[in-house]
Amino acid sequence: MGHVTALQGYLLLAALLFAIGLAGALTRRNAILVLIGIELMLNAANLNLIAFWRYGPHPEALTGMMFAIFSIAVAAAEAAVGLGLVIHIYRFTQTTDLDQMNRMKG
Amino acid sequence: MQATISFTPQVGASAITQLLWLIPAVPVVASGVIALLKQPKRKTAATLAIGSLGFSLLLALIAFGHVVSGWSHGNAVRETVNFSWIRVGTTNIDLGWVLDPLSAAMLVMVCFVGLLIFIYSTGYMAHDENFTRFFCFLSLFAGAMLGVVIANSLLLLFMCWELVGLTSYLLIGFWYYKPAAAAAAKKAFLTTRVGDIFFLLGMVWLASGTGTLLFYNNGGGSMEAGALASLLGQHAAWGLTAAGAIGLLIFCGAAGKSGQFPLHVWLPDAMEGPTPVSALIHAATMVAAGVYLIARVYPLMAAGSLLGGSTTALTVVTWVGAFTAVFAALIAIAQDDIKRILAYSTISQLGYMMAGLGMGGVAVGMFHLITHAFFKALLFMGAGSVIHGCHEEQNIRKMGGLKSDMPLTFVTYAAGMLALCGVPIFAGFWSKDGILEAGSHWSVSKGPVALLVFGAMLTAFYMTRQVVYVFFGHWRGHKPAHESPAVMTIPLAILAFFAFVLGLFGTPAWPWFQGFVSGREAPLEIRGLFESNVLLVMGESIGFVFVGIVLAWWLYGGKSPKPDTPDVLEKAAPLPWAWLRNRLYIDEIYGVTLIAFYAWWARVADWCDRRVWGGAVSGVAIIFRGWAQLNRLLDANVVDGTFDKGCEELSTGGGLLSRVQSGQVQAYLRWLAFAVVVLAVILIWSSRA
Amino acid sequence: MRVPAMTIVFYVIAAITVAGALAAMLLKNTVHCALALTVAFAGLAIQFLELDAQFAGFAQILVYIGAVAILVVFAILLTRGSETPKEGVFSKTWLAGLAIAAMVFAVLSWAVLNSTSSLPGDSPKPTVSVLEIGNALMGRYVLPLEIVAVLLTSALIGAVIVAKHEKGSAK
Repeated sequence: MGHVTALQGYLLLAALLFAIGLAGALTRRNAILVLIGIELMLNAANLNLIAFWRYGPHPEALTGMMFAIFSIAVAAAEAAVGLGLVIHIYRFTQTTDLDQMNRMKG
Repeated sequence: MQATISFTPQVGASAITQLLWLIPAVPVVASGVIALLKQPKRKTAATLAIGSLGFSLLLALIAFGHVVSGWSHGNAVRETVNFSWIRVGTTNIDLGWVLDPLSAAMLVMVCFVGLLIFIYSTGYMAHDENFTRFFCFLSLFAGAMLGVVIANSLLLLFMCWELVGLTSYLLIGFWYYKPAAAAAAKKAFLTTRVGDIFFLLGMVWLASGTGTLLFYNNGGGSMEAGALASLLGQHAAWGLTAAGAIGLLIFCGAAGKSGQFPLHVWLPDAMEGPTPVSALIHAATMVAAGVYLIARVYPLMAAGSLLGGSTTALTVVTWVGAFTAVFAALIAIAQDDIKRILAYSTISQLGYMMAGLGMGGVAVGMFHLITHAFFKALLFMGAGSVIHGCHEEQNIRKMGGLKSDMPLTFVTYAAGMLALCGVPIFAGFWSKDGILEAGSHWSVSKGPVALLVFGAMLTAFYMTRQVVYVFFGHWRGHKPAHESPAVMTIPLAILAFFAFVLGLFGTPAWPWFQGFVSGREAPLEIRGLFESNVLLVMGESIGFVFVGIVLAWWLYGGKSPKPDTPDVLEKAAPLPWAWLRNRLYIDEIYGVTLIAFYAWWARVADWCDRRVWGGAVSGVAIIFRGWAQLNRLLDANVVDGTFDKGCEELSTGGGLLSRVQSGQVQAYLRWLAFAVVVLAVILIWSSRA
Repeated sequence: MRVPAMTIVFYVIAAITVAGALAAMLLKNTVHCALALTVAFAGLAIQFLELDAQFAGFAQILVYIGAVAILVVFAILLTRGSETPKEGVFSKTWLAGLAIAAMVFAVLSWAVLNSTSSLPGDSPKPTVSVLEIGNALMGRYVLPLEIVAVLLTSALIGAVIVAKHEKGSAK
C-alpha cells in the first residue's frame, strides 16, 4: 500500500460518504431519509469531481469545476421534485414508510 | 302367288314421320298439366286429356294415310328418325322412332280405342272424387303406350314399357285405400317385373351382340339382315343361337306383360281397378304391348328359319300361347265375377295372339290383336255399363234379365260376345280363323291348333254362360237396374259397329290387313274363300263354336237359379269345378313356393345386413372409437403433460421471478448497488489483467 | 517534490463531515437528521474551499445548505403525521443494505488504493477566476446552462404541481 496521497485521501473520504449515504438509503424506513441519503451520495460524487479537478491532469482548467456546479444545480432540482413527490404520497397514504409502499409489486 | 314387295330403302323421313314424336308427347304433356290442376277442375282435365288424345289420333290417321298411300303405290313405307342420345367414348346409344305399317295400324287402334274409352270414363268416373287424378294417369298411360308403339330402339321401347307398367300400377291401385286394390297393383308390378328382368337381359345381349339397339337403321339396325346374320353365327347354350336365345329372353318380358302362363296371375287381380282402366289397359292396349313387342322383334325370332319352317323361339312362343289359351279358358268357365271372366278371356285370347305370331307370322297375330282390342274393350265397357246399372254389383249370379232393362247395353254386349266367340261375319271370326288356318299349316306340330280349336269351343261356352246369366232370365238383384247414360252407351255403339265390320279387312277373300302389314299386295279375290284348306278350317271352327254355344244354352238357358244354389256344372263335377273356380291354385302355389322363398331370402338378407354388414360397420366404428380413445389418452397425458406442464413451469418461474418486483424501492436500490459492485469488480479485474 | 500530506485540517474537517453524515443516517428524529445533514454539507463546503474550488464551495453553501437542507426540513415538517413508526426507523432488510453498502465501500477503496501508480504526484493548483467561470458559462457552456435552466424551470413547475393541495382531495 504505502503512502496515501492527498488525492487518495479525498477519494477515500468520498467513498466513505457515498457508502454511508447508500447505507442510509437502503436501511431507513422514512422516504425523506432515503432522499437525504441520495443527497449525500451526490455530494460524495461532487467531492470526487473536485478532487480530481484539483489533483488530476487537467488540459482544460474548467471542466471539473463546471461539471460539479452543474451537478449541484441538477441535484437541487431533483431534491425539489423528489420531496414534492414524497409530500404528495404522504397526502394519499398518510405515511412515509417505504416498507408499506409496495403497490407497484409485480 | 302374291307378288312380294320389299320395303324400300329409306331416303329421308317425310314430314309426318318427323312429327311422329308428337303423338306420344302431347298426351304426356297433357298429363303433366293435369297433374298441376286442382281436383275440382274436372272439365279442364277431361278436355285436356281427350283433346290431346284426339290430336294424337289426328296425327296417327295422317301417318296411317301416308303409309297406306305409299303401299298402294307400290312403295312399302318404313321411315325412321334416329338420333344419338348418349355418347360414351366411341359407343353411341341411339334412340329413334319408326313409321311402318305395323306401327301405323297400332297407332290408329290405340288412339281410337283410347279416345272412346276416355269419353266413356267421363261418364263412368263422374261420381268419383279423384276424377282429375284419373285423367292425369290415363293421359300418361296413353303417351307411354304410344311411345312403345313408335319406338325404333329397343331401349326406348323398354323405357316406355316401364312407364306403361308404372301407369298400370297407378291405375290398378287407383282406389288405393282399398287393400285389395293396393295389393293387386303391387302384384301386377312385381309379376311384370319378373318378366322385365329377362327382357333386360335379352336387351343387353342384343346390344352386345349386334352393337346397336335400333331396329331399323338403313341396314345397320338390329332387325336387319346384317345384324341377324351375325347373331345367328353366335351360339348360346342348349343348341340355341344367340338370335334364338335373345328372342326367348324378350319373350319372357312379353309373357309378363301379356299375361301368358306362368306370369298371368296379375291380370285377374287387376280387375280391382276401375272398369275403364280394365278396358283400356288390360284388354286393348297394355296387354297387347307384349304381342306388339314380339311382332316388332319378329325378324329376330324368325331368324334362321327355312321357308315354311320354324325356329326354337317361335315354337316356344306358340306352345306357351296355345297352352295359355286353353288354361285360361278352362278357369273362365268357373268364375262368377263379370270382370274376372273377361280377364281370363283376355288371357286366353292373348294366348291365341301369341300362337298366331308363332305359327303364322306378324300379320296373323296382329290382326287378331287389332280386332280383339275393339271387341274386348267393348265387352269391358259393356260390363262397366252393367255394373253401373246394377249399382256396383259384379256377381253375375245376382244379375239377370237385363236385356229388357238395359237394351242398348245388351245389343252392344251381344255384338262383342259374338265377335269374341268367333261367330261368322263378326271380326273375331276372321282373325281367329286366320290363326287356326296358319296353325293347320304349321310344320312342327298340329298340337297347338288342336288346343286352339278346343279353346274356341270353351270360349263360346263361357261367354254364352256369362251372357245368359247376365242378360237372360229373371232379375236376381236387390234394386232394379237402369240403363247407362249416353256418354257411356255411345262409345259402346261405335265399338260394336267396328266389332262387326273390322273383320272384313282381313278375310281370305280380301287380305287387306295382312298385305298392308307385310308390304305385300292384297287384291280382292273371292276365290280366296274357297281354297280347300280355308273352307275346312272355317267349317271346323264354326262347328266347335256352335257346339259350345248350344251346350251352354242347354245347361244354363231358360233357367234362373238363385245366387246361392250351386252351378249346374258344379253339381255334376264338384271337384274339377272347385279347382277351376280356385284358378287351379296357381296363386296359392306361388305363395307357398316363390313368395315363401322370397320372404325367407329377405329374412336372410336382413340378418346378413344387420349382423354381417352392420357388424362390419360397427367393427370399423369400434376401431375408430378405440383409435380416438388412444388419441385422447395421448393427448391428455403426453401432450397435456408436456405442454401444459411446460407452461405451468413457465408460469411458476414467472411467478417466482416476479417476486423480485416487490414494490419496495429500497430493494430495487439494493439490486442496483449490488450490480454496480459486480460490474466494477469485473471492470477492474479485466483492466488489471 | 513535496507530496502534500494529509493535513490536520483535512482530517478534522473529514471527521466532522463523516460524523454529520453518520448522524444524518442514524438518528431517530428526522429533524435532527436534517440538521446533521446540514453539518455534513458545511463540512463538504469547507473541503471544496480546501481544494481551491472556491466557487464550488460557495455554491455548495448557497444551494445545498441554503436551499436543499431547508427544503428537506420543510418536507419533514409537512409530513409530520407519521412520526417514528412502531417497528423502528430501520427497515426489515437493514442488514442486506448495510452489507451492500459495505461491499461498495470495499470495492471503491480497493480501487482507489490500488491505483497509485497512474496518479501524478503533485500538480499545480489550477487558477480559475469567477470571471473565467462566467465567460465559460456564457460561452462554451451556454447550452448546458440553458438546459439546466429549463430543467430547473420544469422541476419547479413539476414540484409545485405535485405538491400542491387539490381541491377536495385527500388531506
